[in-house]
Amino acid sequence: MSLEVDVRVRRGVFALDVALTAGPGKIVAVLGPNGAGKSTLLDVIGGLLLPVSGSVRVGSRVLTTVGAEGRVHVRPDRRSVGLLGQDPLVFPHLDARENVAFGPRAAGSAAAAARTSADAWLTAVGLDGLGDRRPRALSGGQRQRVALARALAAEPAALLLDEPFAQLDVRTAAELRDVVRDQVRRTQTPTVLVTHSVLDALTLADEVVVLDHGTVVERGHPLDVLTDPAHPFTAALAGVNLVVGEIAAGPVLAGPDGLRLPCRTELPVGTPAQASFAPTAVSVAEPDADDLVWTSHVVDLETGTTGVRVRTTGDVLVDLAPTLVGRVDLQVGAPVRLAVPASAVRVRRRA
Amino acid sequence: MSEPRDRHGVPRLLWAPAGLALGLLVLPIVALLVRADWRSLPADVTSAAAVSALTLSLVTSTLATAVCLVLGVPLAVVMARSRGWTSDVLRALVTLPLVLPPTVGGIALLFLLGRRGLVGQTLDLWFGIRLPFTTTAVVIAQAFVAMPFLVLGVEGALRTAGTRFETVAATLGAGRWTVLRRITLPLVLPSLVSGTVLCFARALGEFGATALFAGNTPGVTRTMPLAIYSAFNGAGVSQGTAVALSLLLVAAAAAVLLAARAWRPGNAT
Repeated sequence: MSLEVDVRVRRGVFALDVALTAGPGKIVAVLGPNGAGKSTLLDVIGGLLLPVSGSVRVGSRVLTTVGAEGRVHVRPDRRSVGLLGQDPLVFPHLDARENVAFGPRAAGSAAAAARTSADAWLTAVGLDGLGDRRPRALSGGQRQRVALARALAAEPAALLLDEPFAQLDVRTAAELRDVVRDQVRRTQTPTVLVTHSVLDALTLADEVVVLDHGTVVERGHPLDVLTDPAHPFTAALAGVNLVVGEIAAGPVLAGPDGLRLPCRTELPVGTPAQASFAPTAVSVAEPDADDLVWTSHVVDLETGTTGVRVRTTGDVLVDLAPTLVGRVDLQVGAPVRLAVPASAVRVRRRA
Repeated sequence: MSEPRDRHGVPRLLWAPAGLALGLLVLPIVALLVRADWRSLPADVTSAAAVSALTLSLVTSTLATAVCLVLGVPLAVVMARSRGWTSDVLRALVTLPLVLPPTVGGIALLFLLGRRGLVGQTLDLWFGIRLPFTTTAVVIAQAFVAMPFLVLGVEGALRTAGTRFETVAATLGAGRWTVLRRITLPLVLPSLVSGTVLCFARALGEFGATALFAGNTPGVTRTMPLAIYSAFNGAGVSQGTAVALSLLLVAAAAAVLLAARAWRPGNAT
């Protein structure tokens, strides 16, 4: 069964308009800046918020519809939509086994059967033998595993993941990502993942949907979207330079702050266009014949993953290897000559 | 061994008033113990009047606590989940009996449930039920003064606990009753227990409202506090009996508090 969402929400001046489909066992990642409407979208799917129009369906089952043909709104406890948030919210008064058994028992399973299945779920998420532990005797990662097992044990028709790895340390997050991926595939649960993390999107998502101000600004395969972003937020998230402007004579792309980025393009002068390239592709060394070269100014400096990350005119980021730092005058406002291989720059018409 | 000199940075100046406060709270009970006639104590405590008063007190206080639980917990849940001015108004209304002198409460109960009272009139006319000066009146008076302790305690705990666990429970398919039974109430169990204990202790000590609304009939409405008052005023018995009965009440209250402390939810792990 697939989860199909096509909803519009209005809250004061904020408007959300999203359509997405998660197939069985597929994970759709929703990315976007704070206030883009990600949580609102989850609230609508989870049944905590009624849209002004649209529908939420799982297979042939309608969970929410608001429209000319009437209104259906299934209560959260009858929607069979699981939720795993940033905070595991493991019930503190129940041990791990009873936490996982909660869903089956609420559905009417006998206590003994529910506990047996809970133990199987705990094993599936790598918590074999920890069923008797109280939440406070578990680590943060273990608690999140319990929360995942608990959500899946209720056999949800769809699963919502709201930044589920945000509070975990790097290694625990990596392990839990594997568990989430395996279990979502195994149970064939359509899943929506809200995240700020490129890593989550790249490692888990089958499709990425980028939200900004309540609308979908970009969508597609995670690798495509994140390596060739079309929206400034996605570009910033992926750490890719995105220059938005207009083609001018040269040809150059006339960007913000007087940036004139040379480019090879067939687009006619005056066309709204954008160019994307990686900060690591930019060089301050002697340019090759095929390089695009322009003069820019240092705006500010920050620590890069290796060496120094220099922000230049038009928010173009340049990653300087430590060995090259000496070549550049790193004073704010100092001129700097930049070069990037033409093949590393993608230019396209702006929608 | 050297001890940290600065004990949590408490200014020395506070020690004097703190000591006086403790003295004010403890010394009267010490005086009670000292003044007691320990030789006649067994006889005083086991006298028919004392046993009758203690039994009545325990029975009515238990019933009043049960009433407070059955009615007060739902009120606390409704209050905790209401928002804005509704919750402010509700909390003010529930706090009122707490700050009101119990004697005023007794008069108010008479005006509501007395034979000429707002509701009492109807009860008498339609059903022949007369509440004042009955054991039921004792229970109502005790519930009136004790309920706020339970409601406010549980309501505060519910608010602190928030609704996040309940939301998760709902996504797991639990209906509202299941959520209340298996999540909401267990999460506030410590407050529920301490609220119940306070409620029972308050009911046990209730005097003013009972005296006015239920009267002072031996065996029917003469609870421990009323028996002590009567004994102290020399109505038939000596002041020594009053002291003995007071000690009995102190012992009962202390037993309740100790029992509540010994049992703490979550001690199992």
